[in-house]
Amino acid sequence: MNRLPLIAVAGNPNAGKSALFNALTGARQKIANYPGVTVERHVGKLTLPDGRPAEIVDLPGAYDLEAASPDEQVTRSVLLGEGDYERLPDALLIVLDAANLDNHLRFALQLIDLGLPTVVALNMLDLAKRDGLELDARRLEAELGVPVIETVAVRRRGIEAVREALASAAVARRDRPEPAAPSSDGLSLQHRARAIARAAIVAESPSRALTHRLDAVLLHPLAGPLILAGLLFVMFQAVFAWAAPPADLLEALAIGAGNSIGAALPEGWLRSLVVDGLFAGVGAVVVFLPQILILFLFILMLESSGYMTRAAFIMDRVMRRAGLNGAAFIPLLSSFACAVPGIMATRTIDDPKDRLLTILIAPLMTCSARLPVYTLIIAAFIPEVTVGPGIGLQGLVLFGLYVAGIAGAVLLGTLLRAKVVRGGGAAFMMELPKYQLPRFGDVLIGLWQRAWIFLKRAGTIIAVTTVILWALASYPKAGQGEVQSEVSIAGQIGDAIHVVVEPIGFNRDISLALLPAMAAREVAVAAIGTVYALDAEDEAGLETLETRLAGRWSLATALAFLAWFVFAPQCISTIAVTRRETNGWKWPLFMTGYLFAVAYVAAGATYWTAVAFGLG
Amino acid sequence: MTETPAILRTLDQLALGTSGRVAAIDWDALAPRDALRLRHFGFDEGVQVTALHRGPFGADPLAVRVGRMTVAISRAHARAIGLATASPATAAA
Repeated sequence: MNRLPLIAVAGNPNAGKSALFNALTGARQKIANYPGVTVERHVGKLTLPDGRPAEIVDLPGAYDLEAASPDEQVTRSVLLGEGDYERLPDALLIVLDAANLDNHLRFALQLIDLGLPTVVALNMLDLAKRDGLELDARRLEAELGVPVIETVAVRRRGIEAVREALASAAVARRDRPEPAAPSSDGLSLQHRARAIARAAIVAESPSRALTHRLDAVLLHPLAGPLILAGLLFVMFQAVFAWAAPPADLLEALAIGAGNSIGAALPEGWLRSLVVDGLFAGVGAVVVFLPQILILFLFILMLESSGYMTRAAFIMDRVMRRAGLNGAAFIPLLSSFACAVPGIMATRTIDDPKDRLLTILIAPLMTCSARLPVYTLIIAAFIPEVTVGPGIGLQGLVLFGLYVAGIAGAVLLGTLLRAKVVRGGGAAFMMELPKYQLPRFGDVLIGLWQRAWIFLKRAGTIIAVTTVILWALASYPKAGQGEVQSEVSIAGQIGDAIHVVVEPIGFNRDISLALLPAMAAREVAVAAIGTVYALDAEDEAGLETLETRLAGRWSLATALAFLAWFVFAPQCISTIAVTRRETNGWKWPLFMTGYLFAVAYVAAGATYWTAVAFGLG
Repeated sequence: MTETPAILRTLDQLALGTSGRVAAIDWDALAPRDALRLRHFGFDEGVQVTALHRGPFGADPLAVRVGRMTVAISRAHARAIGLATASPATAAA
């Protein structure tokens, strides 16, 4: 068997590992999970200067081989050749933050002691220089006994030299001994690291670092929270304002394509399947791609610039109100884009109880998949009036729904902490990395990966569900004087669910949409779209869903539907990632159950309150 | 920890912008995982630390420079880190 040489990239968090990995592989990389854990595995291909291809894997950032988090456990297992996450690497690329030598060298020394053919990338030299630090790479090389290459990965400097060094390292492998046992004496390692760092540092001027000046403002007790609030406001504003034009364009394209393809197809079930099933369903969802990309753009920029950890610092005390700490802020903010990456981001939380609680409330953050539902209902039922200077009622309602989710999370978090997930409450502890300008290309790679995941979802799960739903909603055919959505199998299933949800004001259309919405929340929109498209077969082509809804639902019902979606349903992907993350069915089932119960109560309360105010 | 006479104050009492030298860390007062993380961050007897920022709400957490790294730790952690008596040189830094 002729396997490609495997190169592992290892280093401390914030050493610029991912940027170096991106620089080496470009877009030729894949993200998956390590089996059994939700630690992301980034693997790519690169061509060495001598023409040989090699496989390269970006190991999770770690401070030490003595693991304190699931991430570090994966890194340890791979490097020691234990477990089955990865085969033992043939060569090791250690990434060091040049401005942080005394600390990062400790882990590097541990890694070098393993005895694998090793190359060290002395990275982020530009930031070190910015801090007035001058380093002697040759001296460091002599002290460490392995090749040291100077790099600035985000600016793509020194990458060729790394490739060449890796080529010789990957060749050098002959009868490699098993990895040596890692040194457990942290203190002596630390002292060795400090001594080497002192030797390698030629000069340091006490220049005030840029990071220090920025933090003086961004972590200011008063300005800091205000800037954070402003940033979040701009972020959510952008999601709606910037996304509208491309979203409108996509919608027009989907409707146009559906209608013209429909016209080309012969009248019959195939045309119905394509126009009413596929285009009405998938089209209704793909429209939200711009919003999701903008949200992820902000989150990726906040992360790669180093600001995200500052946000966690500012929010620490606030998060503690909900029984968590600042570290939970990052996954929860990501959950506004999608709970799946949000739940996966909880792996940075060391304490297992805190992690579990964060997972349980992450789905309450209004994810982008709920936006289609919110936007549709708001457009159909909330009048487009202003209630103040520059404040529209529609925007206000949407904002209210976001707030309702956050308030629900705080409330339920406190409750769960007291009753279900006792203990935990670990204190906040996090490195605050240096600020740096994110590289546009790296952000683009991240965005592309997110867009691809979303489109794949739209193309598979959502398409399949809408087609199944179309079939269920299309047959048996309605006779003379009957309504299609009432006669069909879907209508009968809807009737059964309707018995349960009628007390909270849901009509049959909603009952019908609840089940497929579990596949993905956006499908609720697609489902209603498909049903109405089928009922309106005599009308020409597709028209906007809002007009159809406004005529058929009462305001109280619409509001109850919104309240339901603040809490439920959990989509299959969220449940699946929770199962993987918590290693079993107990917590995903608990999460789904409690959120359904809360959603039922919230929707019911909303409905009956609205009815009492005469909106039924 | 209070029995150690050389320690006059702990890291949480260090004024912002000033430095001190770690004299002793009360590892037993810390959760094992937190203790491990503090060690990974480079907290250790004899190391110089600088208090940089405090969180906006309740002056918690605390941003500390240790070595060349800035880390956020909670006030409870900082309380477990005893500092040596301030010398005029470090207080002026």
